[in-house]
Amino acid sequence: MSGSPITALFDRTRAENRAALVGYLPAGFPSKELSIAAIETMVEAGVDLVEVGLPYSDPVMDGPTIQAAADRALEAGTRIADVIEIAGRSAATGAPTVIMTYWNPVERYGVDRFAAELAAAGGAGLITPDMIPDEAEEWMAASTAHGLDRVFLVAPSSSDERLAMTADAASGFIYATAVMGVTGQREQTSSLAPELVARLRKVTDKPVGVGLGVSNGAQAHEVAAFADAVIVGSALVRCLLDAPDPDSGLDALRRLVTDLRAGVER
Amino acid sequence: MTSPVPDASGHFGRFGGRFMPEALIAPLDEITQAWQEAQDDPAFTAELDRMLREYANVPSPLYEAHRFSEAAGARILLKREDLNHTGAHKIRNVIGQALLAKRIGKPRCIAETGAGQHGVASATACAYLDLECTVYMGEVDTERQALNVARMRMLGAEVVPVTTGSRTLKDAINEALRDWVASVDTTHYLFGTAAGPHPFPAMVRELTRGIGDEARAQCLELTGRLPDAAVACVGGGSNAIGLFTGFVADADVRLVGVEAGGDGVETGRHAATITGGSVGVLHGARSYLLQDEDGQTLESHSISAGLDYPGVGPEHAYLAQTGRAEYRPATDAQAMAAFELLCKTEGIIPAIESAHALAGALTLAEELGPDATILVNLSGRGDKDVHTAAQYFGLIEEPVVLDEGTEE
Ligand SMILES: Cc1ncc(COP(=O)(O)O)c(C=O)c1O
Repeated sequence: MSGSPITALFDRTRAENRAALVGYLPAGFPSKELSIAAIETMVEAGVDLVEVGLPYSDPVMDGPTIQAAADRALEAGTRIADVIEIAGRSAATGAPTVIMTYWNPVERYGVDRFAAELAAAGGAGLITPDMIPDEAEEWMAASTAHGLDRVFLVAPSSSDERLAMTADAASGFIYATAVMGVTGQREQTSSLAPELVARLRKVTDKPVGVGLGVSNGAQAHEVAAFADAVIVGSALVRCLLDAPDPDSGLDALRRLVTDLRAGVER
Repeated sequence: MTSPVPDASGHFGRFGGRFMPEALIAPLDEITQAWQEAQDDPAFTAELDRMLREYANVPSPLYEAHRFSEAAGARILLKREDLNHTGAHKIRNVIGQALLAKRIGKPRCIAETGAGQHGVASATACAYLDLECTVYMGEVDTERQALNVARMRMLGAEVVPVTTGSRTLKDAINEALRDWVASVDTTHYLFGTAAGPHPFPAMVRELTRGIGDEARAQCLELTGRLPDAAVACVGGGSNAIGLFTGFVADADVRLVGVEAGGDGVETGRHAATITGGSVGVLHGARSYLLQDEDGQTLESHSISAGLDYPGVGPEHAYLAQTGRAEYRPATDAQAMAAFELLCKTEGIIPAIESAHALAGALTLAEELGPDATILVNLSGRGDKDVHTAAQYFGLIEEPVVLDEGTEE
């Protein structure tokens, strides 16, 4: 899919000899307006690609930080239509924007309807942490029909055969989870990630993003040495969760993104 | 007799499958293959049979409940799973999976539990087979089932109260999955019901199907024919699929699953997933679930902690869709009336879960009349429910603080 905004982004970051910085924030956290402001702040400070999280009641891939934020977004009344709207506002900043979502909300909303509305809002695709290509027939059709990228995950436990199959089904980029575990900050970057990326390179030339556990510029720099994108989530959410008031949350977010953005230069 | 479902990828028609993080696909494949090999290995099946017989008190008897039958107005046969070790059908599943964990070489098991029955059974099997055991239990449930928390700890298990989400069974499953993704090298997830991602629904069915296979032979021996209906309560669906599987090929035997109707399906406060829910994906499989318009899981409600789950195993969704089995609700009040009736007519205190099956049988008896023979799976005994039932019937004064050992 040469026309995709995500593909264009990776062409640019490759030319600039750096990794892309991918930032995750849940939609509607801490409120709809503030989540839009937080996304705009992230992009201004250097995030290249935005992952808008769709808050879900049973987020099995997420650690306590993201779950706490998702719970607050749901308590604040965040609906699927809001998430798509927020993704549209994010895309309006110029940064390609995907929604990261567990599968059931998409299935319930209607796979084709979800894809059509996201595409109309300017969204670039979906990251689906609990949807593997084996089950994705309907999503493959809908994403193709509406020109959306489909970002699937791979893990250190994936067999070579599954890496090849998943890479083949994916578009935009492939999300390599750096550790066997859930989202959350970690002290050290994973020793499993370089090997996983090396195994992927043997079966695909699609861009590879590495996530789970990256929380500062130094770690981002380590990952940028072997990945096409560095994905950061919990550390960004933490800035907003820990802040005494919205302005200091946005300030903390801006400082962290500035540090991360310096890190992804090679 | 081998069942035609699921297919190789774990689908029962459009239900089932694997909606799981990729990180867990390799361990699920490992279990699928190990389970396949174990089933074909006479040494494994002989060992499992021996353990069930010597340790778990299986096969359980089939009992003709004469006085209950008289009150019901039809001939009622009870499959006495309440007499198994640990007091429920759950022991069949956990011994099988714990033995499989040993075979794969995993020294540790994790489990989720709602009422604590699956947790107690898991802790028991792990003590028996020398495995480390961690049980995840929603904080709300650790409070309402304090006695079972003590039981699990006595058996050497670690009990982790889960404080996320609604702090009940579904959140305990989430937390167990989070543990598993980080510990798969050493840990087997001893899943407690016939739900979840492939191969759990099929594997748990094969481990519990002794219920129906035994009951079928016992019924033929006792009555000279098959029952008109086989009835079981449905939470996640393990005892029901264990009963139904033995009769699926007998087209004349009606299969009736009884779901927890709570305050009544029309009130929205229930756990009747098939009757009152819709198709979606939860905990790794496509099936019925209780969800809102956006696909967010809704909280379930039932007087029975073991049925208080917003999902159901995919094979039940399939049996409902094909019409081979029917699913109906019994309210809290109907279940408790049946509970009381069994206590007073037979001197058997049933689990409140199983009382839902009895309530379903009472309704069915009215419909079928006095010539009918109805087989009911008495999935568990009610010792764990004495406190809840005593409160319900106003037999004790409030409050009784079980977890602090003091009563007033
Ligand atoms: C005695 C008894 N029956 C039934 C159930 C419901 O589970 P399932 O539907 O998997 O049989 C439970 C669950 O705790 C139980 O303890």
